[in-house]
Amino acid sequence: MSTAIESKETRNYLNAGYDLKSWLLTLDHKRIGLLYLFSISFFFLLGGLFAVGIRLELLTPPGDLFQSETYNKLFTMHGIIMVFFFLIPSIPAVIGNFLIPIMIGARDLAFPRLNLLSWYVFMVGGTLAISAALMGGIDTGWTFYTPYSSTYSNSNVMVTAVGVFITGFSSILTGLNFLVSIHRMRAPGMTWFRLPLFIWAHYATSLIMVLGTPVVAVTILLVGVERMFRIGIFDPALGGDPVLFQHLFWFYSHPAVYIMILPALGVMSEIISTFTRREVFGYKFVAFSSVAIAVLGFLVWGHHMFVSSQSVYASLVFSIITYLVGVPSAIKVFNWLATIYKGSVSFGTPMIYAFGFIGLFTVGGLTGLFLAAMGLDVHVHDTYFVVAHFHYIMVGGAIMGYLGAIHFWWPKMFGRMYPEVPAKTAAWLVFVGFNFTFFPQFLLGYLGMPRRYHQYPEEFQIFNVMSSIGASVLALGYALPVFYLVWSLKKGEIAGANPWGGTGLEWKTPSPPPTENFEETPVVTEPAYSYHKEEFELVKS
Amino acid sequence: MGTKFAFFPEQASSFASSVDNFYFFMVALSVFFSVAIFLTLVFFSIKFRRKSATEVPAPFHGGMALELTWTVIPFILVMVMFFWSARLYFTIVTPPAEAVEMWVTGKQWMWKIQHLAGNREINELHVPVGKAVRLTMTSEDVLHDFYIPAFRTKMDVLPGRYTQLWFKATKPGKYHLFCAEYCGNQHSGMIGSVYVMEPQDYEAWLAGAAGQGTLVERGEKLFAELACNNCHRPDGTGRGPNLEGVFAKAVQLESGQKVTADENYIRESILNPQAKVVAGYQGIMPTFQGLVTEDQLVQLIEYIKSLKGGPATGTQSAPSADGV
Ligand code: HEC
Ligand SMILES: [Cu+2]
Ligand SMILES: [Cu+2]
Repeated sequence: MSTAIESKETRNYLNAGYDLKSWLLTLDHKRIGLLYLFSISFFFLLGGLFAVGIRLELLTPPGDLFQSETYNKLFTMHGIIMVFFFLIPSIPAVIGNFLIPIMIGARDLAFPRLNLLSWYVFMVGGTLAISAALMGGIDTGWTFYTPYSSTYSNSNVMVTAVGVFITGFSSILTGLNFLVSIHRMRAPGMTWFRLPLFIWAHYATSLIMVLGTPVVAVTILLVGVERMFRIGIFDPALGGDPVLFQHLFWFYSHPAVYIMILPALGVMSEIISTFTRREVFGYKFVAFSSVAIAVLGFLVWGHHMFVSSQSVYASLVFSIITYLVGVPSAIKVFNWLATIYKGSVSFGTPMIYAFGFIGLFTVGGLTGLFLAAMGLDVHVHDTYFVVAHFHYIMVGGAIMGYLGAIHFWWPKMFGRMYPEVPAKTAAWLVFVGFNFTFFPQFLLGYLGMPRRYHQYPEEFQIFNVMSSIGASVLALGYALPVFYLVWSLKKGEIAGANPWGGTGLEWKTPSPPPTENFEETPVVTEPAYSYHKEEFELVKS
Repeated sequence: MGTKFAFFPEQASSFASSVDNFYFFMVALSVFFSVAIFLTLVFFSIKFRRKSATEVPAPFHGGMALELTWTVIPFILVMVMFFWSARLYFTIVTPPAEAVEMWVTGKQWMWKIQHLAGNREINELHVPVGKAVRLTMTSEDVLHDFYIPAFRTKMDVLPGRYTQLWFKATKPGKYHLFCAEYCGNQHSGMIGSVYVMEPQDYEAWLAGAAGQGTLVERGEKLFAELACNNCHRPDGTGRGPNLEGVFAKAVQLESGQKVTADENYIRESILNPQAKVVAGYQGIMPTFQGLVTEDQLVQLIEYIKSLKGGPATGTQSAPSADGV
């Protein structure tokens, strides 16, 4: 870099250093956020490639493209990579890392070194998972059900399990860092009820990360102990109980779904408010609904086990609590609609993602009510209906939220605008491709096609073909942003501090922000989302 | 390409139509809400689209009444769903007292079925139409799941214990049988067919296995071969309790607990006798773990179930522990 350019550019976190060391040893939460961005994008690509294999195999009823063993490894690694190495870290570790300190008016997170450590821990876990894939893969399904995983599978269970176990610690460290930062690092005047809803959502998410992850870590450890030392924990042949594993696994993995979706809900509140210039309707209801979802989310794990031989009375309790989760979820959707009412709606790309999100999250949420229904779940449990449902929530919801967030804060992160036309095209491709891929799977599920099937009876073919065609459109929609976003880094229009007219603290500092986020500590005097007419007139003149 | 184009599988069991009715209710409700939300979204965003770059809408603070409305209405709706689906669930998981019994053993990657009359089949299940059928199921290795979409029911099949599934088929025909719990390599090959037959056809089919001996007969033979009858004698003089009439009775245990002698209890008594010792007896019964196969266990259990008589009423325990 020549000094001529440097002197023209204002000092910011990106030009603070160019050598590898300045990235790999950075303590700046914004740079760590970008480290996560690169790593999880790579994992997303990898998980996506496995999905391509699945969709190609399922084009025809017989298992003719791959061996069963290979197919089983494909869906297992697709699930493990996407859940543990993409979805769980996605919004919190990239967007949350970048924005939480700025949004609360702090210089950095409470523990910058811990933050860097959590990225390294994540990478160690990820490297192990990838090496397991290179060593021949794993075939237990991402759910690791025992005794198949602990006794019968001949694949690389241990390496993968250790990878997931280690990655869990990065989640715990990130959650801890967020909790402490939100408690202790808020700028003067930034009271709890002036926090942006994005922060509330991450507060709830962090609670789950810190309280839930240790349980799955211990569970995976126990599978390892049984596998290596033949101590009976889950395998009845050794005196263990396979259903115990399911309880422990879902105690974490159901809340984990909320780790994926709550941050996206937070993103939606930010985008919708900014693109309508309205205070989020029912701020406190939206904020507490996040916390309610997080808390109730810990009490519903048994809804995965209605046909597992769990006591019917336990099932009753799990079913009713699951239904209760539907209420705060509905509250959010209605409050967003009310925010749009009499707002000043503009249709930037992030808003297109927000609309898409509301649509897919609504369908995902409503079909969740089908699965919470004990009498109906008996039929659709472990069929494609479930596969469709959780993709609507985790891909439709979480990834729409993630992409919306990337576009919304891209100008802040890199100081340049992305081009609108390709961005809107990509958003539409994702929405249409997604529905084409996953809607037919609801029908397949009700027809009775079990999940994780390598070959299937002929009558299921038509919906599988639709699904595979949709997936190729979806893939296009996911690939497109890579090109125009990279292009925009050099060629995009200069964004300025506040391209959307947002009210959050992140819009009050230059884009890209300086390393210390703010020239001087901001003082907050107003609630979140206070839009004023004068400001926009000033901007215009 | 498949020729059939359907949106739901055939309704071939007594509760299939109730499940579908609930499903249609849920679909209708979901379509209503999705469409309503979608239309509102489109309408609002067109009507309130930004008209000038400096436009700022008047602030509009939340209303308690509105918030309560959209909290209470979803709450009532989900409670309706809960009660309706819970009732449905109890119908699906509660077998009637009178049912034709069959035994299922899952193993990587096939289904083995034993009928009381002695018929055995693999990956096929023959059942009579119009009669309740109760399957008692176990696995020789990993988890499996016995799933018949046309009957709208499934149940996990676990190693080391019995689970149950029941249905009453309502329509003769051939239906899919799937393994719905991932079980390794050939999981998607662990499939078969359920044949629902007219009662007389079913009787004829059962008769095809005549001469192989019923499960009870085979169990009786085993009971002698394994020398169970050394300790368990009908006159109660053996070192073990008299097994006559024990099935389905409450058993008083040495630990003070009381348990019902169901299939799982008998199974455990044979494989892990020390786990639950009958009051008044010593835990001297040897384990038969590894000595009897899953199929033989089934035969022993059926034999013990067939032993009627003995203590007609009350709690089963040793004579010395009278009055407990
Ligand atoms: C060495 C003697 C002995 C032999 C051989 C033996 N048992 Fe037992 N059995 C006992 C005793 C003593 C008990 C009661 C204590 C206990 O529950 O362990 C018992 C209990 C039982 C019970 C529970 C009875 C109840 O009233 O609850 C069953 C069922 C049973 N045995 C079945 C069998 C079968 C089947 C075999 C052959 C495969 C067998 N036993 C062989 C001694 C024996
Ligand atoms: Cu769940
Ligand atoms: Cu299976």
